[in-house]
Amino acid sequence: MLKHILKALTEGPVTMPGPAPSPAALEELGQRVAGAARVRLGRSLAIREVDAGSCNGCELEIHAINNPVYDLERFGIRFVASPRHADVLLVTGPVTKNMAEALRRTLDATPDPKWVVACGDCAVSGGVFAGSYACVGPVEAVVPVDLRIPGCPPRPEDLLSALLALLEVADASP
Amino acid sequence: MHVEEDSLHGVLGRIGRPVADHRPWPRYTTTPDGWRALLDTLAGNRWTLVGLWGEPGAVHVALREDLSGDLGVVSLDCPDGRFPSVGAVRPAAIRPERVIRDLFGLVPEGAPDGRPWLDHGVWGVRAPLAAAPVPAAAPPLPEPYPVLPVEGEGLHQIPVGPVHAGIIEPGHFRFTANGETVVRLEERLGYVHKGIEGLMRGRTVADAARLAARLSGDSTVAGSLAYARAVEAALEVTPPPRAVWLRALMAELERIANHLGDIGAICNDAAFAFMLAEMGRLREAVLSTADACFGHRLMMDRIVPGGVAVDIAPDGPARVLELAAELRRRFPPLVRIYDDKASLQDRTVGTGTVSVGLANRFGAGGHVGRASGRGGDARRSPSYPPYDDLEFEVPVLTEGDVNARVWIRIREVEQSLGLLEQIVRRMPGVPRDVAGTTPLPLVPVTADRAGEGMALVEAFRGEMLVWVRVGADGTVDRCHLRDASWFQWPLLEAAIEGNIVADFPLCNKSFNCSYSGHDL
Repeated sequence: MLKHILKALTEGPVTMPGPAPSPAALEELGQRVAGAARVRLGRSLAIREVDAGSCNGCELEIHAINNPVYDLERFGIRFVASPRHADVLLVTGPVTKNMAEALRRTLDATPDPKWVVACGDCAVSGGVFAGSYACVGPVEAVVPVDLRIPGCPPRPEDLLSALLALLEVADASP
Repeated sequence: MHVEEDSLHGVLGRIGRPVADHRPWPRYTTTPDGWRALLDTLAGNRWTLVGLWGEPGAVHVALREDLSGDLGVVSLDCPDGRFPSVGAVRPAAIRPERVIRDLFGLVPEGAPDGRPWLDHGVWGVRAPLAAAPVPAAAPPLPEPYPVLPVEGEGLHQIPVGPVHAGIIEPGHFRFTANGETVVRLEERLGYVHKGIEGLMRGRTVADAARLAARLSGDSTVAGSLAYARAVEAALEVTPPPRAVWLRALMAELERIANHLGDIGAICNDAAFAFMLAEMGRLREAVLSTADACFGHRLMMDRIVPGGVAVDIAPDGPARVLELAAELRRRFPPLVRIYDDKASLQDRTVGTGTVSVGLANRFGAGGHVGRASGRGGDARRSPSYPPYDDLEFEVPVLTEGDVNARVWIRIREVEQSLGLLEQIVRRMPGVPRDVAGTTPLPLVPVTADRAGEGMALVEAFRGEMLVWVRVGADGTVDRCHLRDASWFQWPLLEAAIEGNIVADFPLCNKSFNCSYSGHDL
C-alpha cells in the first residue's frame, strides 16, 4: 500500500482543473440575493444533501464530485451530515408526498442564512414524474429555491460550476 | 410434452388454465381453491417467489422451480377484493402484498402484517391504481406508523431517517439495541414512492421506457433492458443482433461501475478512505468511457424497446478495450490491499451474516444471494442473448458476511471485464445499407397488436423482473417492475441482528439495496 501511495504521489494529481463558476447560475443567484442580507462565509460552504424522491441517479453524480477527479473539497465546499451544520440544502427528486414533510423539517433545522439548490430535472420541474398522485412536484412547490441545476442527472462539471457560482455569491460581503 | 405431476408446470396446469398471448413463459388463471392449493406447495422450499403484483381486480404471482429453472405466472381474479395471503406461508410475499393493498385496495386474507407499506397517508387518495380510487383527506403530516413492539430489560431505540447522514436515499430505520448490540432492526420504506407504475399506465411503450429507465438510477441500463425485453416478448419483436450485443456491453459497464463504487464505499464505512478514493477513480474511468461510447455517463435511455437508441461511438470499442486493460492493471493491487489489511478484515469478516437458509427462503439474488450460497444469475438461467453465447462464471460463496459480499463483487468485476472483451471482439459489425449509411440497430415496435410479456434481467444487484401488458392501441395497460432489492431488504434486518450499531453502515452498504427501485 505504501508503494501504491508513493507511486500516486510521484504521478501527480488526477484532479481535473476547476471549471469557472456557471454564468447562468451567477445570474440566477444575483437576481435572487439582490437586496437580501449577504454574509461572508469565508469561501466555505457546507452542504446537506436531501433526496426528496430521486431515482438515485443525481446522488451518483453528487458522489462523483467528491471523487479525486472532481474533488469538490478543494474549493472549500463540503458535504455535512446534519442540516444543523449546513449553509446549503442540495435537494434532488420530484419531491414525493411521502418526503415533503421531511424536506420542510430539514429546511427548518438549517440555520440562516441558507440557500436551497434544486438539483436535476425532477427537482427543477418534476421531470418524468410530474403529474403523479404520489409527487408534489418541483422543489419550489415545497420550499423556496435559490438555484436550479438542470440535467438528468446533471454532469459533475455542471454541478461543480453551479456550486462555485454559489460560493462566489455567498462570499460577496456587503 | 411429458410434465411431471408435482413439477411447477404440472401443478400450475392442474390448478389453472393457460392464458393465450403471454410470453415467453406461460401464465395460468386459477380459482380461489386453486390458489389455496398453490399456497400449500409454496409453504415448502422447492419454488422461489419471483414476483407478486396486483392490478385492478386481480393478483399475479411469478414462480420459479429452482431445480429445473422453469418459470410460470399464476393469476387470481378477486371480484370481492380479497385473495388468500401468500405472505402467510412465504415471508418474502409480505411486503409485496402490503403494496397490492396500498395501490389496488385488494386485501390479502390471513396476512401476517396488516400495516400499510408505501402509503404513508398523504397521497390524498387511497388505492390510487384501483378501478375506482378512493378520495381521501391529504393531511400535511404522515400518518403515525406503529413500529413492532419490543420489550425487554435494558433495551433502547434509535430512530434513523428518513433523511440520512450521507448522500443516500431516504428511508427510516428503527434500531432496538441493548448497549451497543442491535437486537432488532425494523425498516420503514416508501418515502420515495413516485407512482411509477401508475404513470406508465396509458403511455405509449416508447414513453413508458423513460420511466422504466428511472426506476433506479444506478440500474438504469438493467431497468431499460428488462422493460425492453418484456415489451419485445409481449409484441413478438426481435431486436437486431448488434443491439443485443450493445445492450450487454452497457449492462456490464454498469455492473462494473456500481461494484467498484460499492467496494470503495464499504471500505470507507470501515474508515478506510484510501479505498474510496482509489475505487472512485476507477469508477470515474468507467463512467467517462460510457460517456464517450454512448453519450451519457449512466447510459440512461440508451436501451429502448426494439433495440438501442444510439450506436456505440466509432472509437468506442477501442476505448472499452483500453478501459478493460486499465482496470486489469489497476484493480488487482487494490484487491490485494483489501485482502492484506487486518484492520479492514476485522470489520468485514463475520459481520452482517445472512444464512443460506434465509437467502433461499427469500429467493435473494445478486451479491446478497451469491455470498450466501445461492448461485442464481438471470444471465445463466433463464438466460438471454448474448449471454448464452458468452463465457463467464458466477461466483458463489457461503460465508454470507460483509467480506463475502465484497469478494462476490470483486469476482464479478473480474468476470465482467472478461465479458467486455468478449463482447467487443465478437459483436456483429455495423450494418450498411445500399446508400452506405449505417442504420441504427433498432426495429420499429409497431402497435397494432396486444400481448403480455415478462423478462428477467441480471442487474448489478441481482435479478430484475418486468411484466407488461400492452394494449391493442400500443399503450401500456399494466406494467410491473420488481427490483432485486425487494427480496434483499428484509434480509438486511436479519443480517444486522446481534451486530453492533456501528457496523450497520457496513452491512447496509454491502447490500446497497435500492430505495427508489423498491419504493416505485
